[in-house]
Amino acid sequence: MAVRDEPLTRPAQTGRVAAGAAALAAIGVLLGGALLGLVQEAAHGWESAAAAFDLYLLRVARFTLWQAALSTLLSVAPAVLVARALARHPRFFGRAFILQLFAVPLALPAIVAALGVLALYGRAGYFAPVFTALAGERWQGIYGLPGILVTHVFFNLPLAVRLLLAALETVPADQWRLSAQLGMGPIASFRFIEWPVLRAALPGVAGLVFMLCATSFTIVLTLGGGPRATTLEVAIYQALRFDFDPARAIVLMLVQVALTGTVVAILSRMGASMTGDTSLPVAPRRALFPGRGETSLNAVFILAALVFVAGPMAAVVAAGLAAELLRLAGEQAVQAATATSLLLAILAASLCLILSAALVVARRALELARGAAKPSLLEMAADTGAALVLIVPPVVIGAGWFILLRHVGDVFAFAPVMVVTVNAVMAMPFAVRALRPAYDAASARHERLCAALGIAGWNRLRFVDWPAMKRPVATAFAFAMALSLGDLGVIALFGSESVQTLPFLLFQRMGSYRTDDAAGLALFLGVLCLALMFLAAHWGREGR
Amino acid sequence: MYKWISSLTIALGFAAAMPSLAAAQEKLTVYTYESFTAEWGPGPVIEEEFEKTCGCDLEFVSVADGVALLNRVRLEGEGTEADIVLGLDTNLLHEAKETGLFVPHGIDLGNIDVPAGFNDEVFVPYDYGYFAFVYDSEAIETPPASLKELVEAGSDLKIVIQDPRTSTPGLGLLLWMKAVYGDEAADAWAKLQDKILTVTPGWSEAYGLFTNGEASMVLSYTTSPAYHIIEEGTHRHRAAAFAEGHYLQIELAARTVKARDNALATEFLSFMTGPGFQDAIPEKNWMFPAGKTSGPLHPAFEQLVKPAKTLLLPPQEVAENRKAWVDEWLSVMSR
Repeated sequence: MAVRDEPLTRPAQTGRVAAGAAALAAIGVLLGGALLGLVQEAAHGWESAAAAFDLYLLRVARFTLWQAALSTLLSVAPAVLVARALARHPRFFGRAFILQLFAVPLALPAIVAALGVLALYGRAGYFAPVFTALAGERWQGIYGLPGILVTHVFFNLPLAVRLLLAALETVPADQWRLSAQLGMGPIASFRFIEWPVLRAALPGVAGLVFMLCATSFTIVLTLGGGPRATTLEVAIYQALRFDFDPARAIVLMLVQVALTGTVVAILSRMGASMTGDTSLPVAPRRALFPGRGETSLNAVFILAALVFVAGPMAAVVAAGLAAELLRLAGEQAVQAATATSLLLAILAASLCLILSAALVVARRALELARGAAKPSLLEMAADTGAALVLIVPPVVIGAGWFILLRHVGDVFAFAPVMVVTVNAVMAMPFAVRALRPAYDAASARHERLCAALGIAGWNRLRFVDWPAMKRPVATAFAFAMALSLGDLGVIALFGSESVQTLPFLLFQRMGSYRTDDAAGLALFLGVLCLALMFLAAHWGREGR
Repeated sequence: MYKWISSLTIALGFAAAMPSLAAAQEKLTVYTYESFTAEWGPGPVIEEEFEKTCGCDLEFVSVADGVALLNRVRLEGEGTEADIVLGLDTNLLHEAKETGLFVPHGIDLGNIDVPAGFNDEVFVPYDYGYFAFVYDSEAIETPPASLKELVEAGSDLKIVIQDPRTSTPGLGLLLWMKAVYGDEAADAWAKLQDKILTVTPGWSEAYGLFTNGEASMVLSYTTSPAYHIIEEGTHRHRAAAFAEGHYLQIELAARTVKARDNALATEFLSFMTGPGFQDAIPEKNWMFPAGKTSGPLHPAFEQLVKPAKTLLLPPQEVAENRKAWVDEWLSVMSR
């Protein structure tokens, strides 16, 4: 008898489903409110919106999808190899550090990463003499599509590695042991053990990366070499700023949501749903015996990824070290910004975790309840709905809510609330990816046991779910915090007095000739993120 | 520690709940852009100077930049909190006037001296600057002496410019080319294209690429070298003087409808034209003062490029053609 085919009793599930519905509603309010605000403002002037459909839009849309598809392919395909290599070697010196390092690009503002990449491959980069010698003429930098792709891969390859690895780590130790006992080689083990898990996780991860690349703005413009490289995000920004044409902005945004949403939907159909392993793991640790050939190949994959990701980061560090770090650290403004950044990030990460957990739990509950039937709309929404937030530009959310809130009271008081909420929701797709594999696996193992023993509510959370979820929760929290340390686009109109965070300070210094200070602050941000990841790893491991 | 805690409190959004110490005083709210109110910007000094004499509380509210400033006021409409809006420029002037949210300043502009004899009954200039290509003198010995020379230079000369769709200097260059080349601007852009290393969304990214050595020239202001001379003591970064002249940007402030009958707002605009305000402009906003300063400017400003001719298109013409010109630029540059 297949366990998952038998629906569990309904009452046990309604609470979880309600939590997920509430989380979805919260996201809906955030997006709907912004849209409502803009529609209200756009009430006059829809004719200009119709004019948005021209050749320019066609070209921009085509480029947006093309570069995002290439970026996704180049980020995710190598990530599979690297994640698998890391999964096959659960213990080696520096492994934990590599994983922590792989979370740092998330927290770097796009321009910092772009400058880091250019410090290596730019016209005046470290490798420029090499490329010049190879090409026989002066190297002109990787501006254009190659520059966009390299920078997107720098951002997204490490992200994909971490998310895929998280999925691979849900493979029960017993299966690894069994594969070792059966004498499975790397290929058989990939086919029967790793690929099923990867296949379940890949559409989600690829969809996430695709959305991040499709909405890229600073990287596309700065490294694109000219307006040939323009994304829809740029067009939306343009419509809202100089043109101040909310109707056009809404139309462009809907085009972006429709196109990107379609791609993500197609991707998600290509996946497979995983049937969790229902037995309790008895093997104490993963038993892996990769051969010498495989080990060296894996070492090459890991090293190549490490060099690729660490290179631009090293450039960021080198630039940062040239700044007067001690003076910077002593500045009251920097200390206050660090405190503000951390506080906002903690609040955003907490909110993000609550919402994400609600979605993950609800999705699983719906899946259990439906048995083998087709997933309902609500279940699908709980799965990928949150991710759609990523395709709505922060500048749109910011402007929409500004319009709504200006009647309510002092908009400045709302600025921190906006930052926390938007950052929390923007980080949800990541947190969901980090939480879901572990939760689904734990649920598959424990659901019937809990039902049989009558363990529910607080006791279940404390004794059953928490031990299994501690590590992914720590990872998700750290991820969400790292992400929240980044962007500020949402408050452009609100006024910045109350949200002078580290990235804000960085941009402010950069915007007033103080490039050294900005480089120093970028280093601060990176170190802060690394420290977060270290703490998360430590905390997640503790007591295991 | 206290400041830490207070910044945290504000971050939590409790600021509105705290009693204002200056509640008894009259308050004047000035909307501006962020770099104006930065620690090293002119805002803090100006606030102190004005509050010495006005017996009021001057409050700056800052948004991202000049364009965001106009959008914010436009969204707030008649209900705006702002008494004064400070930080629009000549290119935004026409659109700002169209909103009907600004009222004539009614002050004497005797102190004001800006190029091209700019005069407006609503907007008061407070500083100005010229767009210019700043170059690295260690990478380029003889920079182009005119826009034409730049346009026709060999492709080994690389420049970084900003995107006119997203940035004010980017729009400035578009207008500069238009002012010099007129109807042939599109051809000129086509010729310039192989010199353009990349087009960035804003000034910061472009200047960052320039200081990193990626390009040897960047679109900025004639005053940029003054920063490097005064703050960093280096003469390495210089502006190239162009024979056709340089495009002018004048920064402006005006009273809003809310301050229609507010004497304090008028007082601030008058104050803005005098030394109490203007002294803070050159070395804190890195622009030329539009009014009288109490003493001569730092000698570094004397060494800057003095444009042979001032170029400025009428605000109305800019407003009416901006979209068409940007589209023209796009079609040439996307080839």
